[in-house]
Amino acid sequence: MTYQFDVLVVGAGPAGLAAATSAAHKLRRVAVLDDNQQPGGQIWRSSIHDAERQRRGSKTRALLAFQQSGAELFRGRQVVDVPRPGVIQAWVDATQTSETFKYDKLILATGARERFLPFSGWTLPGVFGAGGLQALVRGGYEIRGKRVVVAGTGPLLLAVAAHLKEDAAKIITIAEQAPMARLAAFTGSLVRFPGKLGQAIQFKAALLGIPYRTGCWVIAAHGDDHVTGVQLTDGTRTWTEDCDLLACGFHLVGNTELASLIGCSIGENGVVVDTNQQTSVPGVYCAGEPTGIAGVDSAMLQGQIAGLAASGDLREAKLLYRRRNAEAAIGRAMDRAFALRPELLSLARPDTIICRCEDVRLQDLQVQINEQGEWTDAKLQTRCGMGPCQGRICGPAVKELFHWQNTSVRPPIFPVPLAAFCSQASPTDHALSTTQVPSS
Amino acid sequence: MPEVTSSKNVTVQINGEVRRVSAGSTVAVLLLQSDAPCRISVSGESRTALCGMGICFECRAVIDGIPHRRACQVLCHDGMTVETQK
Repeated sequence: MTYQFDVLVVGAGPAGLAAATSAAHKLRRVAVLDDNQQPGGQIWRSSIHDAERQRRGSKTRALLAFQQSGAELFRGRQVVDVPRPGVIQAWVDATQTSETFKYDKLILATGARERFLPFSGWTLPGVFGAGGLQALVRGGYEIRGKRVVVAGTGPLLLAVAAHLKEDAAKIITIAEQAPMARLAAFTGSLVRFPGKLGQAIQFKAALLGIPYRTGCWVIAAHGDDHVTGVQLTDGTRTWTEDCDLLACGFHLVGNTELASLIGCSIGENGVVVDTNQQTSVPGVYCAGEPTGIAGVDSAMLQGQIAGLAASGDLREAKLLYRRRNAEAAIGRAMDRAFALRPELLSLARPDTIICRCEDVRLQDLQVQINEQGEWTDAKLQTRCGMGPCQGRICGPAVKELFHWQNTSVRPPIFPVPLAAFCSQASPTDHALSTTQVPSS
Repeated sequence: MPEVTSSKNVTVQINGEVRRVSAGSTVAVLLLQSDAPCRISVSGESRTALCGMGICFECRAVIDGIPHRRACQVLCHDGMTVETQK
């Protein structure tokens, strides 16, 4: 199947929906591709519990505007390749078929994922990302009465804890690794953004009575075949909290793989864009978290600007610059507030798994670490980062731990059955060709 | 864009056992509630979903006979079969 669009957006989160909505006001053929079954991305992920979605005004408004704009939504599409400029190849898991999308302008709104850092026990069942557990609860996971430790860093921890508590989980403690002084400075900077401050206060109020420990972090998760407890420290004292689940994530990293594959310049904060959100590749725009983690309001503004610019309405786009730039300042303040403390980088023990896909342990990487090698050396010699996630989980970790930079991205950017490369893939092809295609 | 509702249950088979779950639940959730691992890692560890959003591939399972599908991105349907990926 081949489709043709004036503007194609990848990602139906806040940035992508805003981009498509704006672009569709000017142009007729606009579409959004998304890996998920429902639009909204991660922050607006749908819950199977009805009550929740009614209170999220910004999501409802964005979805309504998108529906009325005339832009199309293609769900369950994994973008796997850009075989040549102007052409995207997507894999549809539900039908086990391949689709081709041609475009004049492309807007990347691929969002962010959680950053994970390896510690003893982090591969145990019952240990999730913080946003990870929240996503699973929205997907129907029943956590009533379960004892949960929420740990890691970032504004997400409070939001997750409040959400889990609402679903009747018993939050044992929230362990935020950032020290109080940094958090206080960050909260102070929110005074210019009353909406955000109000939300933070709401989360705090919802979490009354639950210990929110700053300058506190996970040392290890205990358990044989499932997590049963979490060892925490505040740098002087170490103790164990019994729990049923651990939700642990260390802020966010942008999903820049598709931008890299296309050849867009990537800087220290993410995909490099100009004032109109255009990347270093003409006709390719990027909006939201891949340009630097700055939250949902920033993502929506960047999306709007990208959509307007891609459809040629630069005058309208210009009117949003000031607000967009102010939101970017929030992102930089978050980076400072939630910077990782050095103790987190030495939590892994020799037998701790670093690459979960290939079960590569710290001790397996000792040669490459000692010789100050690069990630490529480790990949070739240990398969670290060579599994199905293609280094999306261990990549950001080894960057922090060993200063290994992410190397080039190659297609397919998600593992797909070989059938994806056949021109007429049929649902029966998988039986013959289920082998994962190596990543790099 | 109709939202998913959880008003009814669906029947699925997981590692040979019949289970009922809310319609709209993801397969990753089904596996968690059944205490079944999504996959067995290369060194033999049981793994369940980590990121919940289709990035980490820890939740890949055999769904309706097709291996290596991300359980967190697939919704349960009546008559579905799910097996731990080995």
